[in-house]
Amino acid sequence: MSIAQKPNYLDSELGIKSWLTTLDHKRIGIMYLLVICVFFIVGGSMAALIRAELLTPKGDLLTSDAYNKAFTIHGVTLVFWVLIPAVPAVLGNFCLPLMIGARDVAFPRLNLLSWYVFTIGGVFGIMAVIFGGIDTGWTFYTPYSTSFSHTSVVLAVTAVFITGFSSIMTGLNFIVTIHKMRAPGMTWFRLPLFVWANYATSLIMVLATPVIAITVFLVGLEKVAHIGIFDPALGGDPILFQHMFWFYSHPAVYIMILPPMGVISEIVACFCRKRIFGYEFVAYSSLAIAIIGFIVWAHHLFTSGLSTYSAMVFSFLTFLVAIPSAVKVFNWTATFYKGEIHFESPMYFAIGFIGLFLIGGLTGLFLASLGTDIHFQDTYFVVAHFHYVMVGSAIMGFLGGLHFWWPKITGKLYAEGLARWAAVIIFLGFNFTFFPQFILGYLGMPRRYHSYSDEFQVLHVCSSLGATVLGFGYILTFCYLLYSVKFGAKAPKNPWGAKGFEWVTDSPPPTDNFDFKPVMREEAYAYKPDYEAPEVVHERA
Amino acid sequence: MRFVPEQASNFAPEVDYIFYVLLALTIFFTFGVVFAIIYLSVKYRAGSKANRTRPPHHNTALELAWSVIPFLMGVPVFLWSAKLYVEMYSPKNTAGALNISVVGKQWMWHIQHPTGQRENNELHIPVNRDIKLMMISQDVIHSFFIPDFRIKKDVLPEYFSTQWFRATKVGKYHLFCAEYCGTNHSEMIGTVYVMTPEDYQKWLSDTKWGMNKFGRPDTMVEQGEKLFVTRCAGCHGAGKAATAPSLAGLFGKEREMADGRRITADEDYIRRSIYEPDAMVVKGYQNIMPSFKGQIDEQQVFEIIAYINSLSNPQIQAGTTLPTASRKQETKQ
Repeated sequence: MSIAQKPNYLDSELGIKSWLTTLDHKRIGIMYLLVICVFFIVGGSMAALIRAELLTPKGDLLTSDAYNKAFTIHGVTLVFWVLIPAVPAVLGNFCLPLMIGARDVAFPRLNLLSWYVFTIGGVFGIMAVIFGGIDTGWTFYTPYSTSFSHTSVVLAVTAVFITGFSSIMTGLNFIVTIHKMRAPGMTWFRLPLFVWANYATSLIMVLATPVIAITVFLVGLEKVAHIGIFDPALGGDPILFQHMFWFYSHPAVYIMILPPMGVISEIVACFCRKRIFGYEFVAYSSLAIAIIGFIVWAHHLFTSGLSTYSAMVFSFLTFLVAIPSAVKVFNWTATFYKGEIHFESPMYFAIGFIGLFLIGGLTGLFLASLGTDIHFQDTYFVVAHFHYVMVGSAIMGFLGGLHFWWPKITGKLYAEGLARWAAVIIFLGFNFTFFPQFILGYLGMPRRYHSYSDEFQVLHVCSSLGATVLGFGYILTFCYLLYSVKFGAKAPKNPWGAKGFEWVTDSPPPTDNFDFKPVMREEAYAYKPDYEAPEVVHERA
Repeated sequence: MRFVPEQASNFAPEVDYIFYVLLALTIFFTFGVVFAIIYLSVKYRAGSKANRTRPPHHNTALELAWSVIPFLMGVPVFLWSAKLYVEMYSPKNTAGALNISVVGKQWMWHIQHPTGQRENNELHIPVNRDIKLMMISQDVIHSFFIPDFRIKKDVLPEYFSTQWFRATKVGKYHLFCAEYCGTNHSEMIGTVYVMTPEDYQKWLSDTKWGMNKFGRPDTMVEQGEKLFVTRCAGCHGAGKAATAPSLAGLFGKEREMADGRRITADEDYIRRSIYEPDAMVVKGYQNIMPSFKGQIDEQQVFEIIAYINSLSNPQIQAGTTLPTASRKQETKQ
């Protein structure tokens, strides 16, 4: 071609320094992705160790202490450095400003700072792993963590403390961005649902994260200075810790799942070529989940010693919080009706998400229900349930979004056939891994057991085999995506025929996102002819 | 290979009923949505000739229906399950129960029967009799879990927790610690032996438990009495009311503290008064009692509580749970 390519955000500046000092939300999103990949590998290899150990009833591969460290490192790294930031910090950072027609987030410097804080927190996390590891479980329950564990609890809680601030900064940035940076015509009810989901998530991040910061700070304080806060031997209250921990960590589950739900809304609308059925209900359901999600935390304490009256209140509210999630599923399904459904790889992931989320969400009811929770609490049933939601669904949603926006992010197309296979393999591998764990839990297999009774072996072997399939699916995805960066075909502006500002700009977008001034002149997801065709005012930026 | 656990307690069938109702709801919604997605995916696949005129973009009535109806389906399950929870965690049904004390510590279960027998990581109980567990941890949080009974309750340090059940099937069952408690958490396991009442009596009368002058081991009340005489009676004994309050008739009574608080003298109160006497000083007395922390262990606290309790409840003194034979023998002497 004789005409020189317009510079895009990837090649406008080159060199590591240009990345480390960038204020571009798109580059920061990619930097988040790289750090998250590192932690995904750490946490994933721990999962591999755990599943290998559990092939046999005897604890023969690892020592008990090593096993306890493995599941703690697995949980801590994947929760705090993968699941919580995955969608908002990577896809949210990259797409959200594009989707609302903004040139960047409201506070680009704060955005870069949040990445540094996140990464420094991560370094502390890695240090905790290297210097002795940590064996408390990701829940840090007291008084074990503060007075009994001899591992690097202080480093680990410092890591969590620091990392929390990056969540708060990102949340704050998104809230202000969504309020103040929307393009002309982009009213609240024209926002893509991914933006709504991130808005609800940001509220949780800003309001809940300070509580975990305080909680882990107090854990550190008790550990270092022996000030009695949680350890009853020092005059503290161990149940207080559980309340404070879950006051953040239950809403944190919604931080993990709401943004992927937003991704699914985008994908379903695009591949059904249809506006999401009941847009308002879906948008409001995100807010409802965020709000009710704040008042269900004590359902983690039903067997800990909660008054029966508060147990009933929390049980009832937990049944209630299931409703907005169910509404989303029903509305996605109804979107298929009279759609024009295209089955490309993101849609595979989206449908996989719906399947896993149905099981993950509905099995939550077994735990919300008081009498049954007594039996299931702290068994593999709980492990299976939250993996279906936090891992199965959340990672499926994340991968769906990554595949959906990959051509936009990298400007390259990946191997579509392999991607479809990967979605299928991950879906099957996941079910193969975690479905047997529901049965294990019903049979009474407690979680965090290094060795177990012989009768559980068959199901554990199933689970470990499934994990191998799942791991293969993730590795496959990693390979063809990485391959596409170098060797993929050049992506067009809008490979899926999707609606939204991000699809009318170049792939990859220019540093300023748009060469024109975006104006929203139609409803979100105006795919069907009864809506106006998209209209863009081409003005010099 | 089993796919369902045994139903070996009074609670197990009802827990399972609720489980199956929830399972039915799960299957109904999962399959409903999955079939709808498959059907619609085939019918409205790109390029199909299906009628796509006037696609609906919302339908408020329908959306309200699928918000409200699932919720209404959930409410009965919530109520039923809450009722069961209250039953499972309320010790009020346990009059005449066999009171067994449990001390959890890293990494074993220490259990004592009211008749004095002690066992580790094993629990022998008679079938069809209410069992009430009073539990405390010596270190971190544990959780006392018997899957085949569907019971579980966290065992906390410094606070008593209780649960009750009635085993309904003779046999051997797993006992697990369900709350992660450190290195050997997965070895904090044991076996529950549910026996016929006759076998249980036989087990209680085994000579391995040691003999007192009545030809049986000391009951918890008797062990508590011995401790009381040597450790407490110097101040709390008869005729010492000037130094320290008498403990006769104390159990379950409300007492007024020096700072005006009114506190019911229950197990937690007695335990705390032994370990932290200055936390709750009874009105009219000086704060002069030393702490017995490190001198009296959790198991002995259970015994002292049993003794103090027996002072106000003579039937406990007689030992409701003593083997009938040895009780007769005792009266003869």
